[in-house]
Amino acid sequence: MKKMNIEDKLFLNRFQADKHSHLKIKDNGKCIDCKRRPCTYICPAAVYAWDEKEQRIDTAYEGCLECGTCKYGCAHDNIDWRNPRGGFGVMYKNG
Amino acid sequence: MADKFDVIVVGAGPSGLSTAYLLAKAGLDVIIIERGDHPGTKNVMGGVLYRQPTEELLPKFWERAPVERPIVEQRMWLMDEESVVTLGYRSKGYGKEPYNNFTVLRARFDRWFAEQVVDAGALLITETVVEDFLYDGSKIVGVKTGRPEGEIKANVIILAEGVNSLLTQKCGLQKDGINSSQLAVAVKEIVALPKEKIEDRFNLEEGEGATIELVGHNTMGMMGTGFIYTNKDSLSVGCGVLISQLVEKEGLNPNELLEHMKSHPALTKLLEGGETQEYLAHMIPEGGFRAIPKLYRDNVLVVGDAAMLCNGIHREGSNLAMTSGKFAAETIVAAHEKGDYSAGMLSEYQRKLENSFVLKDLKKYQNVGLVMEKNRQFFEFYPHAINSALEEFLTIDSVPKKEKQKKIWEDITSHRSKYELIKDLYRGWRMMG
Repeated sequence: MKKMNIEDKLFLNRFQADKHSHLKIKDNGKCIDCKRRPCTYICPAAVYAWDEKEQRIDTAYEGCLECGTCKYGCAHDNIDWRNPRGGFGVMYKNG
Repeated sequence: MADKFDVIVVGAGPSGLSTAYLLAKAGLDVIIIERGDHPGTKNVMGGVLYRQPTEELLPKFWERAPVERPIVEQRMWLMDEESVVTLGYRSKGYGKEPYNNFTVLRARFDRWFAEQVVDAGALLITETVVEDFLYDGSKIVGVKTGRPEGEIKANVIILAEGVNSLLTQKCGLQKDGINSSQLAVAVKEIVALPKEKIEDRFNLEEGEGATIELVGHNTMGMMGTGFIYTNKDSLSVGCGVLISQLVEKEGLNPNELLEHMKSHPALTKLLEGGETQEYLAHMIPEGGFRAIPKLYRDNVLVVGDAAMLCNGIHREGSNLAMTSGKFAAETIVAAHEKGDYSAGMLSEYQRKLENSFVLKDLKKYQNVGLVMEKNRQFFEFYPHAINSALEEFLTIDSVPKKEKQKKIWEDITSHRSKYELIKDLYRGWRMMG
């Protein structure tokens, strides 16, 4: 099998994206001071990316697989993680 | 909709559905609130469903339910960089009734299970998120959902919300929350392959299934495992590692870890020609006995993954979930008869768990997580050492066996001292004992 990157894999999934993010950074100051920024690599869907220019975390919530890893992996408990509204988010075909 | 029910079940997975099924059959007024568009579309596991606890609820379910394959062979692969040591158990008996376990795909199985629960008389509402509790003073009397005017009251709330237990934490049952060394992140791909290819490659009769658990090189030294499970016309291929250890592997993404596992020469031929159909992620509660929250309070019980009822050593979870659901239902039926839903009455649930394999097994392995987490040699060095030892022994090069034994021993003791080896042996024995 050929190696696949995350974007190609997410393309296979069924999503119903809401207009608003269900993932919120509580305090951006903590992200600026955060050394490792684990959210940018531990997320299976690569939802989080550091924006060097804006000095903040970008959140591509539309591809979130709703595992919750970011919430618990953030050393500063800085992610306000909520379930997407009913009818939104990932809809697994196989599970 | 009636504005008050006997019981609200939050979440339509194995634990919540088991609870709701038995309560509905006992004649209680039950509502299940599920956030997915159908039960199962938010639910993920590796996918092994155990026959015995499932059959206690649903006799001969395999004749009606969407199960994938009965598992006749369970293998364990100890991985090194380009070699593997394989162990396994295969039995013809597992291929016939009553079977031992099955692979399932949760989006299909949970949806079917929920239909049985609805047929038994429970009310199911989907696309609805429970956001908070309804209180009367400090007493929990219902839930607030994300729907307009979405307040629902009940005598008892069952929290079957899964591993990301936001409500369990919110109502103070898991006061200190859950931390990243008590949770694993797992990713999985569904890889489509024709039936015949699966049966040929895994040495199976028509319809039979196999599972492989992978330990060692595939998790890059982190505490975790990989797996390959056979479905009807696909494979579930995945891996999971402790979140705290992934955080330390600066820059490593779970998908890269999965691709790393898939590129091992022992896997490439198994997966060849497969087409990835879906990419999934989920957490696994790995904290074991010590991470279990308080399981009840007045009017509330916690079941399944939300209660951290998962046995990572034996990759058991769905059976603990269903058994906890059964005990919760039995406890509530007794409480309902007395009209008493206090913590004292509901504590019977914990006693039932303590007297069963659920808490007995989790207690038995309560130190495993801690020891494994601090002693990475169990995931890194030993799988490598066993591979190297066998390579030395099986490579025929006119070197006397006695010299080979000496070389193996020198190789091992150059990495871990005799003292450390004895300590590891003792640790292993203590862990499993």
